[in-house]
Amino acid sequence: MSKPVLATTSLAGCFGCHMSLLDIDDRILDLIELVEFNKSPIDDIKTFTKQCDIGLIEGGCCNSENVHVLKDFRKHCNILISLGECAIMGGLPAMRNGIPIKECLREAYLTGPSVTANTEHIIPNDPELPMMLDKVYPCQEIVKIDYYLPGCPPRADLIWETLVALIKGTEINLPYEVIKFD
Amino acid sequence: MKTSISNIIDRYGNDPVRLMDILLDIQDEIGYIPEEINQKIADQVGISKAELVETVSFYHFFSDKPLGKYTVYLNNSVTAEMMGREKVKQTFEEEAGVTFGNVSSDGLIGLFDTSCIGMCDQEPAAIINGVVFNNLTPFRVKEIVNSMREGEAITEMFKQNYGDGNNSSELVKAVVSNNLRRKGPVIWDPYTPGEGLQKAVSMDPSQLIEEIKNSNLRGRGGAGFPTGLKWEFCTKAKETERYIFCNADEGEPGTFKDRVILTELPKMVFEGMAIAAYAVGAKQGVLYVRYEYKYLKKHLENALEELRKERLLGKNIAGKKGFDFDIRIQYGAGAYVCGEESALIESAEGKRGEPRDRPPFPVDKGYLGKPTIVNNVETLAKVTKILKNGSEWFNTLGTKESTGTKLMSISGDCRYPGVYEIEWGHSIYDILEMVGAEDVQAVQVGGPSGTLIGPNQLPRSLGYEDLGTGGALIIFSESRDLLKEVVMNYTEFFIEESCGSCSTCRNMPVLLRDKLQKILDGHGVVQDIDDLLEWSKTLKISRCGLGHTAANPIVTSILNFRHLYEKRVLRDREFETGFNLADSVRESCEAAGRTANI
Repeated sequence: MSKPVLATTSLAGCFGCHMSLLDIDDRILDLIELVEFNKSPIDDIKTFTKQCDIGLIEGGCCNSENVHVLKDFRKHCNILISLGECAIMGGLPAMRNGIPIKECLREAYLTGPSVTANTEHIIPNDPELPMMLDKVYPCQEIVKIDYYLPGCPPRADLIWETLVALIKGTEINLPYEVIKFD
Repeated sequence: MKTSISNIIDRYGNDPVRLMDILLDIQDEIGYIPEEINQKIADQVGISKAELVETVSFYHFFSDKPLGKYTVYLNNSVTAEMMGREKVKQTFEEEAGVTFGNVSSDGLIGLFDTSCIGMCDQEPAAIINGVVFNNLTPFRVKEIVNSMREGEAITEMFKQNYGDGNNSSELVKAVVSNNLRRKGPVIWDPYTPGEGLQKAVSMDPSQLIEEIKNSNLRGRGGAGFPTGLKWEFCTKAKETERYIFCNADEGEPGTFKDRVILTELPKMVFEGMAIAAYAVGAKQGVLYVRYEYKYLKKHLENALEELRKERLLGKNIAGKKGFDFDIRIQYGAGAYVCGEESALIESAEGKRGEPRDRPPFPVDKGYLGKPTIVNNVETLAKVTKILKNGSEWFNTLGTKESTGTKLMSISGDCRYPGVYEIEWGHSIYDILEMVGAEDVQAVQVGGPSGTLIGPNQLPRSLGYEDLGTGGALIIFSESRDLLKEVVMNYTEFFIEESCGSCSTCRNMPVLLRDKLQKILDGHGVVQDIDDLLEWSKTLKISRCGLGHTAANPIVTSILNFRHLYEKRVLRDREFETGFNLADSVRESCEAAGRTANI
């Protein structure tokens, strides 16, 4: 039987959740025995090459590219997991949600006190750039999410226990101290 | 400035407990409460500036910015919407040249929304500079705004006669109508002030409480707690300094019966308070009235003054040596949650109207930490009548569990909206016939915190055995879109009125509203209906009744009108968020001057 396939991505996140995944220490050796990685920064595969069993999503959606990647993950992963505060609730990036996006862009590129080099006074508009969303969306407001792992970042043990339980079909071991919301 | 700020504060003995009165007077004097004077007020009453700002920022009718020479508060309750509020609102905006939530650039007119002002039987209605304008039409709005431009005094703007009964008395002079459609056997049994009190002082306080217990009177505010039992609890409290509160913070949308009692029979209520005072040995009472009824202030103060002259308040009341009791009037400043008794007490102490943790209950630790009885206006009026006519008489009315009568505030789609005093036990169907309601699709029993019932439940009867209620019935005909017009309006109401203390009540109604909106927008799925029911349960851990009932409009409408939800949800998929990429990038693309490329 072939190994279950795992994919991961970081959207509007800080890669802290991926760091926490690496924080499982030497169990990473067990993990590569247990699963095969597909699209993920871990192995640097950029596009899906097959249908995956599990997708881990770090970060919410702040721009159009995030939305496309997230939808692509939903399409290619049988089980999709929101990993961490930003994926679940928007996190720090969502602090801009109370401010109209136009105001944010003006402040960042035109009127902010640290804006000195933008002599042409333009807000970046190259067609290659992703388009900013009006606010930062948590993943479940875009696609269906099957499981949520809270934390900023989620504890390494939480990620490990979850993956093992899903892969082996065993009950998850979740002592109190493993689930943290900050 | 006619009166200086320090004079106003002096008027209340520099007492922080009287902060509400101080702030109301300052707001009256200046039109708002300027931030610059916060420190001065705080220093003079001996609290921190932060404590002061806590109170000022809590109440809807306090403002730290000027609100315009003429300040319009247009009610946005569901009955107002049903009676044509939208056109009235538009006309105000067009004529005044300013949108709601703002003041015109010349500072003349400020337009603001406000929650139910207790005029559901004469909507659309607004409070302008403290004066009620009812039955508004676009035509009337044009006249009113013209008068504002000509600088007329607000009371000169009436074009109709004053209302019936005491509404046209010298001290009230309001265009408000009582719409008293049915005078029942308890409240409107002939009344001479003092009869109840005379009877009361002829008894021992313990006999008196026994008499109230025998009457089986239950609180008429909505919760239905046995009145006699509440009083008895208070007598068992250790401390002997005790207080009587009358709750006239009638904020439940659709309820306006206390307004009519206070207009026509204030003495009956005050007498009930004095009777309660005799029962538990209280020396001081407070009538807590909602800001929206400020136009009754002089009238109520006059009633107190007359009672003092008649020796029914003050010292040695009704000839009983040593029975001293007096009442002060405390106005609120716009907060539905202050109808909750512990929040009401907090507010009367000059603080934010946030409910307290209970226990201890107010009968143990209430106003100023002393044992306090809080009774509804109607309850206290009935106490007076029970004393006059006896508990046996009261038991002959109504049903076994629900004795006596109930004052009903009836509004919405019916020919005769208004106040009805009826015996408990009537079916909703009987009542609908009585008020001339046809093509009934649904009836909201008890306001937004109550239950939305459908035609198959009309045989249900009013009473604690079946449908207990604080007395509001709002009728919706077949022509109404229940989810969009009614449930949404009520849910918005709870969002607006949450004090924000419990995270459940602060957040969950917003999530429920968004989910309901998603269904209304055509993006709902079956799971959303179940989510609404399931998520609503978390509200039960809120501290007060507002939180507990904030999901009732949604929950009871799903239970009784599930088909309306089912009709709107998508059948062909299990999951749908309604997220639209094109919509969500529109603004940023505009700002950057690029074409969206989805």
